[in-house]
Amino acid sequence: MAKPFDIRKQTGFTPLAILCFVLLYLPIILLVVYSFNAGSSIALWEGFSLRWYASAWENEAVQAATIRSVVIASAASALATTAAVLAALATTRVKPWRGQGAVFAMINQPLMVPEIVTAVSLLIFFAMIKVQTGYTGLWYLILAHAAFCIPFAYMPIRARLQGMDLTLEQAASDLYATPWQTFRRITLPQLFPGILAGAMLAFVISLDDVVITEFVKSAGQDTLPTYMLGQLRRNITPEVNAISTALLAASIILVVAFFFLSRTRK
Amino acid sequence: MIAIENVTKIYGEGKSAFRALDDVSVTIKDNEFFTLLGPSGCGKTTLLRTIAGFVDPSSGSIRLGGKDILQSPPYKRPVNTVFQNYALFPHMTVAQNIAFGLEMLGKPKREVKATVEEMLELVRMTPMADRQTGQISGGQQQRVALARALAPRPQVLLLDEPLSALDFKLRKDMQLELKRLQTETGITFVFVTHDQEEALTMSDRIAVMNAGKIRQIGGARDIYDQPAERFVADFIGDTNFLDVEVLEITGDAARVRLAGGAETTARGAAEAGTGMGAATLATRPEHARLVPVGQGVMEGLLSQVVYFGTDTHYHVTLSDGAAFTLRQQNTPDMAHAFTQGDRVGIHLAPGVGQLLKD
Repeated sequence: MAKPFDIRKQTGFTPLAILCFVLLYLPIILLVVYSFNAGSSIALWEGFSLRWYASAWENEAVQAATIRSVVIASAASALATTAAVLAALATTRVKPWRGQGAVFAMINQPLMVPEIVTAVSLLIFFAMIKVQTGYTGLWYLILAHAAFCIPFAYMPIRARLQGMDLTLEQAASDLYATPWQTFRRITLPQLFPGILAGAMLAFVISLDDVVITEFVKSAGQDTLPTYMLGQLRRNITPEVNAISTALLAASIILVVAFFFLSRTRK
Repeated sequence: MIAIENVTKIYGEGKSAFRALDDVSVTIKDNEFFTLLGPSGCGKTTLLRTIAGFVDPSSGSIRLGGKDILQSPPYKRPVNTVFQNYALFPHMTVAQNIAFGLEMLGKPKREVKATVEEMLELVRMTPMADRQTGQISGGQQQRVALARALAPRPQVLLLDEPLSALDFKLRKDMQLELKRLQTETGITFVFVTHDQEEALTMSDRIAVMNAGKIRQIGGARDIYDQPAERFVADFIGDTNFLDVEVLEITGDAARVRLAGGAETTARGAAEAGTGMGAATLATRPEHARLVPVGQGVMEGLLSQVVYFGTDTHYHVTLSDGAAFTLRQQNTPDMAHAFTQGDRVGIHLAPGVGQLLKD
C-alpha cells in the first residue's frame, strides 16, 4: 500500500512552519513586552514598569473611548444576533423557496464587499439622514456595526440549527406544543450555545473595527481603535501597547469562551 | 377508530413524481395492535406520518373517531408518536421529557407529577427519573420515548420502527413489553416495521404494504397461511413457488397437477380466481417433508443441508431444475436421515398450499 502524502515529512516543512509562526506572533509578543517598558520609547527597553497601564487607565480619553466601544459593541452585537437568529431560522427551517440562494448571499454580503466601500456608502447615507433629522448620536455607529456583524453572528447560529435533529421539533409538535412553544422550549435552548458564540464573535468584530467607524463617527465619537489610530499620528508612547495588550487579552478570553461553547453540548 | 380513505401522497411533479401512497384505504379499530409491514420505501412510514400530521396527503381523508383530522396541525391531533430515533429532548431529564406533553396540554402541576410517576412505573424507569437522556442506555431511551408518548393518553399511539436500533435480545423483550403496554393501556397502537417476525408476534392485524399500496390485511395466521398474492407470500416467511395446472375446483379447494405429473390438493382457488389451467402454488417449507424416492409427489437432488439447532433446512433441486426448500424440526427419533447428494422424494401436506393469482 502506498504511503499517504504526509506534508510534515517534506524537506523544509519544519523551518517554514516555524518561520510562519514567528512572523505571526513575534510582533505581537514585542508589542506585549514593550507595553511593560519603563521608558517612553516603543522600541528601546528601559526596564519593567506598569506605568503605561496606569497612564492608560487614568487617561480620560481612553476611558471614554473604551466605554463607547463597549456600548457600541454590546448594542450592535445584540441587534446583529437577533437579526442573525431570525435569518438563520428563515434559511433553515422552511421549505426551499425561490430566491433563497440570493438571500443567503445577501446576508453574507458584508463579508465580500470591500469594507471601504461599505464605509463610504454609509458615510454618504448617514450624512443625508443627519441633514434631514439633525440627529448626531451613537446610533449611526451602532447600526453600522450591527450591519457588518450580522454575517459573523449568522454563521455559527446557522451551523447549529442545521446540525440540530429536526425530529426533536416534530416530537414537540406531536406532544401538543404550538409552533411558538416548540421554539421556546426546544429550539431555543438547543440553539443557545450557537447564539452565544455568534454574539461573542459579533462583539469582538465590532470592538475591533476601524475603517467603518472612522468614516461613520461624528466628532468626539472615538472608539478605542480609532483613538489609538489618532494617537499614532501624534507621539507614540507604550500607552498604545498597553491598550492593545488589554484588548488582546479581552479578545483571547472571548475567543477561548467561544471555542468551548461551540464544542460543548453537541 | 381511524378511518383512512383513498389516501394518496405524491412527491414531486411530472416525470419525477413518486407515489409514496397510492389510494390507501384501511380502518383501524379501537384498542387494536395494528401493524404496517413492508420493505423500505413501501409507504408505511409515510402513512404513519400522515396520521401524525407531518405529511399532508395529496388526496383522501383520515377520520379519527368520526372527526376529520387532516385539517388539524400535529399539535392538535390526539395521537402521539414514538420516533425511530426516539427524539428525546437532550436538554431535559427523563421525568421532564415524560412531562412535556402533559405540560403543553396545560394539565395542573399535581396531575402532571402523578402521571409522570405512573408512567415511570409503567415502563420500569422510576430510578432513572432525574437522569439526563444522554446518560441512559438505548433500551432505556426506548422506554422513556414510550412513556413520553403514552403520558398524555392519546387515542392512538404511532410507533415508527421503534425496535430497529435495539440488539436482538433487547428487541425480544421489548416486543413482549409493547404488547403488555398495549393491553394494559387499551390504547390503539399503529406499529410500523419491516421485520415480519415482529409483526407476526405482536399484532392483532397486519397490513402488508408494497409500492404505496396495501396488498393484504389480516391476522398473523391469515397472512402467513393464506397470502393473497405472490409479494405477500414472498415477503412473509419463506415460500416455495411451484408451477401447477389446476384440474378441478370445488369452492375454495382445487385439485392440481405438479410439474412431475403427481397430483395434490390446494386452497385459495376462489380468492385467487385462478380458474383452470396454469397457476402458481405457494407452499411453506414446514408444510413439506422429505421421504424416500418414490413415496412423495415430487423428486429431486438434496443439494444442501443447513443445521439450525431447533430445525434443519433442506435445499432440494427438483427434477425440472426448480429450487425447493424444506424445514424440518430436529427430533431425537428422526426417521430418515438424509445427506447431501441423496436423491429424495418430497411429500406435500395436502390442502395447505395456497394458489396465487399472477
